[in-house]
Amino acid sequence: MKGKGFEEIPHTADWAMRVWANDLPSLFEEAAHGMNTLAGVKLIEGARIKKHFEAKAPDSESLLVAFLSELIYFQEQENLGFSKFDIQILDASNNECRTSADMEGAPIQSVDKAVKAVTFHNLKISKTARGLEVEIVLDV
Amino acid sequence: MNLENLIQISDYEWEIPTYIRSDMRVPVRLFATRELLEQIAGDKSLDQAINAATLPGLVGRVIIMPDMHQGYGFPIGGVAATEFPQGVISPGAIGYDINCGVRLLASNIEFKSARKEMDALATLLNKYCPSGVGKEGAITVSIKELDHVLHDGSRWAMKNGFATEADISRTEEGGCLDGANPDKVSDRAKARGREQIGSLGAGNHFIEVDVVDEIFDENAANVMGLRKGYLTVQIHCGSRGLGHQVCTDYVQQFQSVVKKYGIELPDRELVCAPMDSQEGQSYLGAMRAAANFAFANRQLLAYSARRAFAETFKSKDAYLHQVYDICHNMGKIETHEVDGRQIKVCVHRKGATRAFGPGTPGLPPEYQTIGQPVIIPGSMGTASWVLVGTEDSMARSFGSSCHGAGRVMSRSKAKHEVRGEALRKELEESGIQVRAGSLSGLAEEAPSAYKDVDMVVETVSKAGIARKVARLKPVAVIKG
Repeated sequence: MKGKGFEEIPHTADWAMRVWANDLPSLFEEAAHGMNTLAGVKLIEGARIKKHFEAKAPDSESLLVAFLSELIYFQEQENLGFSKFDIQILDASNNECRTSADMEGAPIQSVDKAVKAVTFHNLKISKTARGLEVEIVLDV
Repeated sequence: MNLENLIQISDYEWEIPTYIRSDMRVPVRLFATRELLEQIAGDKSLDQAINAATLPGLVGRVIIMPDMHQGYGFPIGGVAATEFPQGVISPGAIGYDINCGVRLLASNIEFKSARKEMDALATLLNKYCPSGVGKEGAITVSIKELDHVLHDGSRWAMKNGFATEADISRTEEGGCLDGANPDKVSDRAKARGREQIGSLGAGNHFIEVDVVDEIFDENAANVMGLRKGYLTVQIHCGSRGLGHQVCTDYVQQFQSVVKKYGIELPDRELVCAPMDSQEGQSYLGAMRAAANFAFANRQLLAYSARRAFAETFKSKDAYLHQVYDICHNMGKIETHEVDGRQIKVCVHRKGATRAFGPGTPGLPPEYQTIGQPVIIPGSMGTASWVLVGTEDSMARSFGSSCHGAGRVMSRSKAKHEVRGEALRKELEESGIQVRAGSLSGLAEEAPSAYKDVDMVVETVSKAGIARKVARLKPVAVIKG
């Protein structure tokens, strides 16, 4: 089974989601959509804003945390949410991963609940029948 | 984990021995009844407690409180002490909301004479204490001024007219941790903090007006200024986005630090650094700065709560004196007796309250004989408790006790089972004024999502690591 998607999985105190996709850029994109969905982020229609994000990290899991943390920062500090992503992952095999992401979004109309932080708890991107899969716990 | 692997010490105490898993460095001691243990057997709390027992430099035992539940990396309700300075400090074992805590204020307003004003009081508290997702605080400070907040905590608030000497004296650590280093807090963390100071935030944070419902220790209650039938206020919040960013920054940085020091851990969220390393010192400086921000934040909210009381009741009896301010997410350097010797340790408390017993240095003079007040907020709509630390808490739990009821139901399940509007109606029908920024957020915090706080308090009381002083009953709740 291939494709991409996300689903909420049980967690007693915080939020957790399982995300899957064929490749790393799609996995990052689905994780962003999943986090926005859990938080109930609604964007203002019409207005479009573009931002660019670059980061490097020792592995793809750390890069994923950095990417999602950037989205939290934009949400909290600039009231911006993103719905379209063009993500590139570079040098993923060399003990140093880099990402370059163009993100398109809009000012946020409403948020049901903010995510405080993205955790490393049991964070492991694995190859499965669905392609790449990861479980992410979000502190809320 | 199978509960049959636990060794029962008493009706209220259990142990996970080190032979359960080869990487455990110390045993895990749980304060819980069998019923409370069965409630958490379905999640990963016990596995996380075992993971916590693998941190380098641990001494004694990892302690778990009866309100424990699954967290990330380190379980909520956990206490772990590492030997100073060669042991480690772990940002994930303190948590993202650094110095999340509770402040209790008490008035001379009797509830029965103030019942009609509760609606107006709740509205003013909601107006003066900004709450909700990412909400800006009561004031905005410049980055330069923010550095003073990070360095001085509640003392900054006093210099600026938001606190009294009595407030400072009745705050854990005097509302200011020594060794705070604002230079080790990132620009991004400061940007998140400068606009949020004096705000409540969202999630499980709240301001609650309570009435003292029952007194269990007359002497201790008198010393604290708690009178049966009179109004009190609890303020539960922490270091807001600033603390979240500090933890995020250092958990990310420490991913490579553990490799540098050859530290192997079962969970990447537990990453840590030796306290005597440059990296460990940087985190300690930043964590203390974030803690000071939280002290100042609760102080500003207390100032706003006093304003709401004064405007509502227009009487000197409305003045809210501070009972105490406690932290329940923190790493602190303290001296404890371990295996017959007094040693300096870093006590990581994540969802656990410091509960120093009588005579412990650092307590204000009036609390020296009764022990440190321990404030245990219940779930919305249920009782909260005021306890005191004991000699036993010093000897058996690194001077710590529980911190609340403890969740038992996931947020998604709570939202499916509880309708926010129906819950608000139910609470209001039972005499509790509710002001909530989000009805779905209200549903997530439904009392049914939590354990029975009375059972949790009964457990720490019977185990001897805290003593009951008073029970509080909610009459108004303000939530983000």
